[in-house]
Amino acid sequence: MHKHHSTDFTVVDIHSLNQSCYQMVLKHPDTLPKVSPGQFVQVQLPDSATSYLRRPISIHDADFEANTLTLLIRKAGKGTELLSHVKEGEKINLLYPLGNGFTLDQAKIGNAPLLIGGGVGIAPLYMAAKALKEAGANPTVLLGARNESDLLKKEAFAAITETQCTTEDGTYGTKGFVTDHANMKENIHQYTSIIVCGPMPMMRAIARVAEAENIPCQVSLENKMACGIGACLCCVTETTDGHNTCVCTQGPVFDSKNVKW
Amino acid sequence: MVNLSVNLGNNLELNNPVMTASGTFGYGLEYDDFTDVDRLGGIIVKGTTLNLREGNAYPRLAETRQGMINAVGLQNKGVDHFCKTIYPQLLKYTKTKVIVNVSGSSIEDYVACAERVAALDHIPAIELNISCPNVKQGGMSFGTNPDMAGKVVEAVRKVYPKHLIVKLTPNVTSVVDIAKAAENAGADSVSLVNTFLSMAIDIKTRKPVLSTITGGMSGAAIKPIALRMVWQVANAVKIPVIGLGGISSAEDAIEFIIAGATAIEIGTANFINPNIGNEVVDGIAAYLQANNMKDISELRGSLIL
Repeated sequence: MHKHHSTDFTVVDIHSLNQSCYQMVLKHPDTLPKVSPGQFVQVQLPDSATSYLRRPISIHDADFEANTLTLLIRKAGKGTELLSHVKEGEKINLLYPLGNGFTLDQAKIGNAPLLIGGGVGIAPLYMAAKALKEAGANPTVLLGARNESDLLKKEAFAAITETQCTTEDGTYGTKGFVTDHANMKENIHQYTSIIVCGPMPMMRAIARVAEAENIPCQVSLENKMACGIGACLCCVTETTDGHNTCVCTQGPVFDSKNVKW
Repeated sequence: MVNLSVNLGNNLELNNPVMTASGTFGYGLEYDDFTDVDRLGGIIVKGTTLNLREGNAYPRLAETRQGMINAVGLQNKGVDHFCKTIYPQLLKYTKTKVIVNVSGSSIEDYVACAERVAALDHIPAIELNISCPNVKQGGMSFGTNPDMAGKVVEAVRKVYPKHLIVKLTPNVTSVVDIAKAAENAGADSVSLVNTFLSMAIDIKTRKPVLSTITGGMSGAAIKPIALRMVWQVANAVKIPVIGLGGISSAEDAIEFIIAGATAIEIGTANFINPNIGNEVVDGIAAYLQANNMKDISELRGSLIL
């Protein structure tokens, strides 16, 4: 029984969400195997002169009836820019599902987790929010971005569960960073745990608050990777056990207390 | 059917000439879900040192045009951990040859590490890494000086009776001189090339991309330089030559064999296509058939000048 797969998916939908981000829906040729919230895929790029390696991308959603995976991708460089030009009907090879997803067991994280996403870091939280809701938990979502146009998928999250937003320029929701929001301040003890994915400074700040308030916190890291399967050892993060630990196979989700910030 | 098997001497015979390069294929186990590892000619597992090494700080990777630069720095848990924990898992591979890449920062370390691996029945060869550009002491410095290269190979030869491959660095004026020194010191074969010393700068921050400033470049972009070096060495030594450097297709592998390589290693291409090794095996077989050759030895060194 294979844990990981290499499969040519067909692009069935690709459209931009704002100036820098786009969404891609990929259809499995047969039956989509199980994937868990927080896992990622390694996307092979179209043959190009400028970009070479695969790109690790979080799984945003999986539809086991339509046999599709949805990815949210930010044009962070030439590779993800190149990928934004693929057309519906084209085939893309994925290695998947990779890494360990979020721990969503309510015996461990309680029934009122706070899910915090920054920028395109909201991507893996969508599937996590859905799974939590289906399991009878009561998750709250807090999304942060620079401005309203960078706040991705707020309506989709709101359709699942209670969702609040912050923007740095105040164009939507509470003005400021997610760490300025009441959910991260006076209301924090309403939550039984925190799950966060976003830029490193944001995750660092949240991990610090979580530790001070003694709330369990899971972070999803996005280090640069070559292989994605634990062979090249390029994507390591320093962990509190004193080792350099592969984000691809031991993460990308870590207990925030195990990461050396 | 064509005969793809190759004999590298001193009891190292491969079912086909395709191996995977150290540091790009883990211990093979990482690739089991994606390819039939046991069908490859050989797998050269991650660089192993006497003691645990944490490697270098993150970031360790810079993508370049048709290539990448790494600065991993030989992260591994040490040879005793390999023998106790990883080696038993590799016994399931019965057709491919499992080879251990041995690294060190002193002659004593190389010798002690090689001695421990010599005791493992299922490992028919080691690849002595005298060419890693990512460690501060030892590593590449042994591979850039013919006298030093000769000394470390001679010392390991005394304690390691099985097949001894010496992996060479391209970061020298004359790779032929180092290859000859390894041959004279008792190497059974040489493999080349390791990565090219290189660097990348982030122009937004004007800082080096890698934590170590410089690193080792691999990938398709280095293939023509590696091919030239393999051809030069194959013409200068009597022992078999194993060619590597940017091989990404059967056509690339065939070029190295025509240049004189007895076997080849696939490295960075494994990251992009984890099944590439077996695709190259099939591609070489198809090429031999299409060219009416019955045995891979007919292709080896067949360059027409």
